[in-house]
Amino acid sequence: MKIVVCIKQVPATSDAKIDPETKRIVREGIKAVTNPFDAYALEEAVRIKERLGAEVIALTMGPPRADMVLREAIAVGADRGILLSDRAFGGSDTWATSYALSKAVERIGGVDLVLCGKQAIDGDTAQVGPGIAAQLGWAQATYVMAMPQVDEGSFTAKRMHEDGWDLCRIAFPAVVTVVKDLNQPRIPTLKGRLAAQKVEIPTWTAADVGADLSKIGLDGSPTRVVKTEPPPARNKETLRIEGSAADCAAALVRELRQKSLV
Amino acid sequence: MLANTPALRAEYRNVWVVAEVSGGKVQKVTWELLGAARRLADARSCELWCVALGDGVSKETAAIHGYGADVALIVDDSRLARFDDEAEAAALVRLIGKYRPEILVCAATTRGRALIPRVAVTSNSGLTADCTGLAIDPESGDLLQTRPAFGGNIMATIRSANHRPQMATVRPRVMNALDFDPARKGQSISEGLLEGESGAFKTVLEVFHDEENPVNLSDARFIVAGGRGVKGAEGFKLLRKLADAVGGAVGASRAAVDSGWVPYNHQVGQTGQTVQATVYVACGISGQIQHLVGMQSCDYIVAIDKNPDTPMMRLADAAVVGDLYEIIPAMLAELART
Ligand SMILES: Cc1cc2nc3c(=O)[nH]c(=O)nc-3n(C[C@H](O)[C@H](O)[C@H](O)COP(=O)(O)OP(=O)(O)OC[C@H]3O[C@@H](n4cnc5c(N)ncnc54)[C@H](O)[C@@H]3O)c2cc1C
Ligand SMILES: Nc1ncnc2c1ncn2[C@@H]1O[C@H](COP(=O)(O)O)[C@@H](O)[C@H]1O
Repeated sequence: MKIVVCIKQVPATSDAKIDPETKRIVREGIKAVTNPFDAYALEEAVRIKERLGAEVIALTMGPPRADMVLREAIAVGADRGILLSDRAFGGSDTWATSYALSKAVERIGGVDLVLCGKQAIDGDTAQVGPGIAAQLGWAQATYVMAMPQVDEGSFTAKRMHEDGWDLCRIAFPAVVTVVKDLNQPRIPTLKGRLAAQKVEIPTWTAADVGADLSKIGLDGSPTRVVKTEPPPARNKETLRIEGSAADCAAALVRELRQKSLV
Repeated sequence: MLANTPALRAEYRNVWVVAEVSGGKVQKVTWELLGAARRLADARSCELWCVALGDGVSKETAAIHGYGADVALIVDDSRLARFDDEAEAAALVRLIGKYRPEILVCAATTRGRALIPRVAVTSNSGLTADCTGLAIDPESGDLLQTRPAFGGNIMATIRSANHRPQMATVRPRVMNALDFDPARKGQSISEGLLEGESGAFKTVLEVFHDEENPVNLSDARFIVAGGRGVKGAEGFKLLRKLADAVGGAVGASRAAVDSGWVPYNHQVGQTGQTVQATVYVACGISGQIQHLVGMQSCDYIVAIDKNPDTPMMRLADAAVVGDLYEIIPAMLAELART
């Protein structure tokens, strides 16, 4: 079995600020890390490999320094990493990103399963996973909290919904996006980390994957950001409530009732 | 579709809302979306359509009109009883090709977020997730889609000038429904599912509805959330009592979920859910940034904590200093009085 795990490099915290002058995101001084959801996708891939035998390939699209997240993936058990990097990819929205990643999956060839995180914590869109499935014309399962059965031809996926879950059976090839409930990612060993530093990571360009230039980058993206601004400020001061429990409760309930909140 | 000339764009007309359907019933978020989309349709002087796919959805036609849609486009088929996203996407792509809407809006729920990206890619359209603002640009007539990014630290406005339809998802509780008007009538169109559209990719084997938690987090007006300060699963029963007393849902920090006190589907924050309640009561949650990004857009935030100086206590509209094990029972007593 061949499994591709899509991993995005994201800013370490959600605490990104915008420069009041340039109105652009301040990226300086913010560490880049593996998107947290993608760690669960990777762990699941490595567990399938341990159970059934599989080749696990970590794939990222990003700037040259994004090779870091691939090395981390190799340190916890991915067999190899591929960095999709080209100036022509710059400014891609989720449509163009899913197109580029799907072209890389095609170029890898013979892939049974693509695992993605539910969403990336910078964009929070959750669109790239199902987007890849649509580009490839494959099955999809999103918000997956368990993959109870995996065999050569098919698998079952438990999908989380707001009001419960469902369980479905899907034949390969397929794209699965995962939530945190799926597993507990392992911590890489020091030896694994050191070994991963030495691994050669191939860089694939748009031409390498045969991407149509009119479908990638800023020009290939149907959507465009036309404005960014700070969110509306949370108004007012904090009402401090202190004293005995009974007094606090009375004051709080009075406040909530006055505002017609209860 | 690529629509990079005025002539191509003019082929696309009307605003669509794709209904959120569960168990054959159209969900409340759909009425909210119809409220927002009604304004867009009026600004564009066009019709508002509501597309409902599911088993038994034709029964919802009157409600769809009553909440503001001019046209109900119904795909009522028993093969859609369980959520088959590939089938729904295939049908939607076909209907979009046939009727050519200019704008398409869908709920940013687990179902909507599975379905619409597939539809957008297949029909070569731009899609903006989790919009909090939708407006028509008076000059171009394009849809301006405003959404939070970077955990709500930035608001970005997005436009899709050269592709139609323009697609957006919106979270529950962000938009306001119109008042239901039973006298409002409209047109209704029935469409079928084609051979090969359903069951081609997946079989849903089993469905579980969580009866114990009648109010789900994304729909909740009132959320009582607990963190490490709750100290155990027992403590969450106390939070549940408060939630029940106000008709709310129970939320949790990651620390509480990782300790095994509550299931993951209660987790609020960066690796959990983003919620949009009117009232959020944080009990024993310190308010680390990864938690705050999931709840900071709630309207009114209450913090209950022994420590008077946590980030949550500073963010809160009302900060109650004290032991939650004393405050919450006192609140229950107070709510029961009068
Ligand atoms: C990649 C990543 C993703 C994450 N995603 C999330 C996420 O989605 N959601 C999330 O919540 N966190 C997330 N976290 C974790 C986050 O950083 C915090 O560790 C977590 O939110 C802390 O939970 P807490 O506030 O319940 O616990 P603590 O920070 O330990 O706070 C407990 C609070 O309870 C108070 N307290 C104790 N006893 C009582 C009492 N009897 N009465 C009243 N108050 C009391 C204490 O004073 C304290 O303020 C993430 C972290 C990382 C690194
Ligand atoms: N540039 C990228 N490189 C690799 N994987 C990505 C990239 N962008 C998104 N993904 C994958 O798609 C998922 C959803 O991302 P998003 O749609 O941006 O929220 C992520 O969790 C990743 O698995």
